[in-house]
Amino acid sequence: MSDEYDNNKSYQAQSSEVLDGSAGSINPDMDYVRPAEIPEQDLYHAHSFIEKWIFCQDAKVIGVQYFLTAVFTGIVGLILSWLMRLQLGFPELAGFMTAEHYYQFVTMHGMIMVVYFLTALFLGGFGNYLIPLMVGARDMVFPYVNMLSFWMFFVAVAVLMASFFVPGGPTGAGWTLYPPQTILEGTPGSGTGILLMLISLSLFVIGFTMGGLNYMITILQARTRGMTLMRMPLTVWGIFTATVLAMLAFPALLVSAIMMTLDKVLQTSFFMPTILKAGEVLEYGGGSPILFQHLFWFFGHPEVYIVALPAFGIVSDLISVHARKNIFGYRMMVWAIVGIGGLSFFVWAHHMYVSGMNPWFGFFFATTTLIIAVPTAMKVYNWILTLWRGNIRINTVMLWCLGFIVTFVNGGITGIFLGNVSVDVPLSDTYFVVAHFHMVMGIAPLMVIMGAVYHWFPLVAGKMLSETLGKWHFWITFLGAYSIYFPMHYLGFIGVPRRYFEMYDSPYMTSTVGMNEFISVAAFIVGAAQFILVFNIIKTLKTGKKAEQNPWKANSLEWYTSTVPPEHGNFGERLPVVHRWPYDFSVPGAKDDFIPQTTAPSEVTNTEVEKT
Amino acid sequence: MHAGIIFLLVIVGSILFHIFTPWYWTDIASNWGGMDSTITLTFWVGGGVFVAVCLFMVYCIFRYSHKEDRRAEYKPEDKKLEKILTWATTLGVCALLAPGLIIWNQYVNVPKNAIEVDVMAWQWGWQYRLPGADGKLGTTQVRNIADNNPFGINPDDPFGKDDIMIESDVINLENNRPVKILLRSVDVLHNWYVPQFRSKMDAVPGTVTFYWFEPNKVGEYEVLCAEYCGVGHYAMRGGVEVQDKADYEVWLSEQETFQQLSARYEKLNVDGNKLVKK
Repeated sequence: MSDEYDNNKSYQAQSSEVLDGSAGSINPDMDYVRPAEIPEQDLYHAHSFIEKWIFCQDAKVIGVQYFLTAVFTGIVGLILSWLMRLQLGFPELAGFMTAEHYYQFVTMHGMIMVVYFLTALFLGGFGNYLIPLMVGARDMVFPYVNMLSFWMFFVAVAVLMASFFVPGGPTGAGWTLYPPQTILEGTPGSGTGILLMLISLSLFVIGFTMGGLNYMITILQARTRGMTLMRMPLTVWGIFTATVLAMLAFPALLVSAIMMTLDKVLQTSFFMPTILKAGEVLEYGGGSPILFQHLFWFFGHPEVYIVALPAFGIVSDLISVHARKNIFGYRMMVWAIVGIGGLSFFVWAHHMYVSGMNPWFGFFFATTTLIIAVPTAMKVYNWILTLWRGNIRINTVMLWCLGFIVTFVNGGITGIFLGNVSVDVPLSDTYFVVAHFHMVMGIAPLMVIMGAVYHWFPLVAGKMLSETLGKWHFWITFLGAYSIYFPMHYLGFIGVPRRYFEMYDSPYMTSTVGMNEFISVAAFIVGAAQFILVFNIIKTLKTGKKAEQNPWKANSLEWYTSTVPPEHGNFGERLPVVHRWPYDFSVPGAKDDFIPQTTAPSEVTNTEVEKT
Repeated sequence: MHAGIIFLLVIVGSILFHIFTPWYWTDIASNWGGMDSTITLTFWVGGGVFVAVCLFMVYCIFRYSHKEDRRAEYKPEDKKLEKILTWATTLGVCALLAPGLIIWNQYVNVPKNAIEVDVMAWQWGWQYRLPGADGKLGTTQVRNIADNNPFGINPDDPFGKDDIMIESDVINLENNRPVKILLRSVDVLHNWYVPQFRSKMDAVPGTVTFYWFEPNKVGEYEVLCAEYCGVGHYAMRGGVEVQDKADYEVWLSEQETFQQLSARYEKLNVDGNKLVKK
C-alpha cells in the first residue's frame, strides 16, 4: 500500500515546491507529499554527562532508563516468585518462610510485574524509544516533561522497594489490595507497608500521566510528512491505544489509592463497613468494600490491555518483518486494537462475578467479555495468515513470536472459560485463574518483549545479539513456562484455591504434591534462563559483531536514521518523508523484497503496489 | 525445521495431557452439573480453536520457511476471508455464551423451597445459623455480637428467637434439598467454597450475599475459604456433612436455639452474680 495517487487530479500548482529530491523523475506529482504545516521543534542538546545520561531529555535515553529500571523491578519480582514456588513445591526447604512472608511475596510479585515491570517496560521503555523514531519525529513533543516522567517513576520504584525495609515489611494484601483486610491487622504490612504502596502507586500514576501525554501528543501531532495514521506501524497503534486507555484508567487507581489512604490514616469509611475485630467494633461504618473493587477493576481490566495492546502491535511488526510479508488485514488490525481498547472499559466486573455485587451484572459483563473475544480472535487469525505463504525466517525473533502465538491463544481460550460467568463460578479464585492470567498477560507479553529485545537490540546498541544463545534462551523459557502454566490449569479444576500458603492434607489435594514440585522446578529453571539474555547482552556489547544498518531489512523509519545507533534528533538534517505503509514486503516487481516507507512511488515504478 | 517439530510436540503433548491427566474435577456433589458440561463444551470449542491455530502455525513453519529464491505472497487484505472468520468466531462465541447465561440465570434465581443457611465468617473461622420453626431467620447486626449473642441477632426481632445456632465450623445439610447460602462477614472478605458443590460467593462485611445449590450426594466435604482474608486464609477450613432426611432431622433436633442459648447465658450470669455477691 503506498501513496494514493489519482491520475485524474493534477498537483501541478504545488509540485514546484514539493519536488523533494525526486526532480527529474518521470512524474513529479506521483511523489507528492503535503508540505509541513509547522516548523521543526527545537531540541535541547545535552551539555554535560548529567544532562546526557541522567536528567536526559532524549526520548531514546529515557526509554533505556525506563527499560533498565523496569527490568530491575522485574528481577526482584522474579526472585519473589522463586521464593513462592519454593514454599509451594518444597515447603520443607522453606522453613524460614512464614505465612506473612509468603503473602508479602505474592503481593509484591503481582504488583511489581503488572505495573512496575510490564506497564513501564512497554510504554515507558518501548514507547519512548520507538514512538519518535517510528513516526519520524526528532523527539517527544515535551522532552522536559518526559524526563520528569522517568524520574517520577524512579521515585515510585524507590518508595516501593523501601517498603521491604520498614517495620512490618511490605503489604501482603494481595496485588488487588481489597479492603477491608488491606488496612487491618491480620494482613501483613497493614501499617507502613500499605501506605508506601499507595504512595508509590500514586507517584507512578503521576509520572505515567506525564509520559502518556507525550506519547499521545507526539503520535497525534508530530508525525512526519506523509505519515498518515493508517501508515503507522502497528507497534505505534498498540502503544497509542494503550496510552489512551492508561490515561482513562489510571485515575480510577489514583482515586482509590487516595480514598484508601484516607481510610487508613484519617479513619474515613469509603471502603470500610462496620467491622468487629477481636471482640471490638472498630471506628468505621457505612463504607462499601465492593466500591473499591469496582474502582480497582475499572483500572485493572484496561490495565490488562495496556500491557497486551503494545504487545499485539509489536508482535505484528516482528512477524511481518521476519515472514517477509505484509501484515495481513492491516486495517482490521488497527480497528481491532481500537475496538479492544474501547471494549476494555465495559468488562471490568468480570473479575467480580463472585464478589457479591448484584448478580444481575453477570449477564451484562459476560456478554461484553465474550464480545471482546471476536476482535481478539481476528488478530490471532491475521498473525497466522501473515505467516501463511510468507517466506519465514525461523530466527530468534520469529521464535519468540511463535511462542507468543501459542501462549496467547492458550491463555485467550482459558479467558473464555473465566469470562463466561457461570463457568467462572467453580474456577474463580483457584489456580485456573493463576494459570490463565500468567499465560495470557505474563508469558505471552514476555515473549513479545524478548522478541522485541532481539529485534531492536542492533538498533539500540549497534551490535547483533548471539543467535545461538538467543535460541537456547527461547526454548528453555518457552518450554519451561508452558510446562509451568499448562498443567497448573488442572490444579484449578481440582479446586485448589489460590493464595494458599500451604495445602494441608485435604484428600483431593494430596495428588497435587508431585505437580507442585514439578512446577517449582520448572519455575527455577525458567527464571535462571533469563540470565542467558543478560549474559548475551554483556557478551555482545563487549565482543559482538557490529550490526549493519537495517540488518533485518525492515521498512519502518527507525531503521533509516542517519547513524546507528541513532543520535539525538534521530534523522540528521532532513526529516524523512513517508510515501507508503511499513509493510511493503515482497512486492511483485520490486528489486528487493522490501520497500522502505521513505521510498517514493517514482523510484519503484514497475511494482504492483496495492493502493488501498 | 526442528522448531516446527518441537511446536508440534507441544501441541500433541497438551492434547495427551488433557486426555490422560489424573488431575481433574472432584466428583460433583450438587445440582451444578451444567457448569461442568459448559466447561466440557468450552474445552471442545476452545480447545479445537487452539489446536487448529497452532497446527496451522506449524504447517506454515514447515511449508514457508525462508528460501532465498522465493518471495512471499503480496496480498494486503482478503475481505471475504476476514468476513467468514469474523462470523464463524461470533457464532462460536454465542454457542459458548448461551449455555453460560442460561446456567447463570438458574444460579441467581433461588428455588422457593430452598432452606436458608446463614453462614457467618470472621478471621478465621465459620459458624452457621438455621431458621427455626417459623422458617425465617432473624435480622442481625454486627454491633449486637456478644458472648450471649454470637450471631448478632436483633433481640427485638421475633423471627430470631427460634433460630438454630451452630457454633461449629461444620454444618449438616439435607440431601436433595436446595440450600440458599446467605453469607455474612464481620470483618473482611471471605468465600465459603466447597469444590464438590462447584458454587461459591464472597462474604462481604456490611452486606449479605447469597448463592444456592442442591447437594445430591451423602458424605462429608471440606469447606475452603476462597477469598484472600489475611495471614490465616489458608487455614480457614470448615466442613459440610450431607445427610439423608432422617439423619438430618435427628441432628437438627439436637441443636440449640437462640432462646435456649440466651437462657443458658442468663443462668450463667445469675450464677456468676451470686458468686460475686458472696
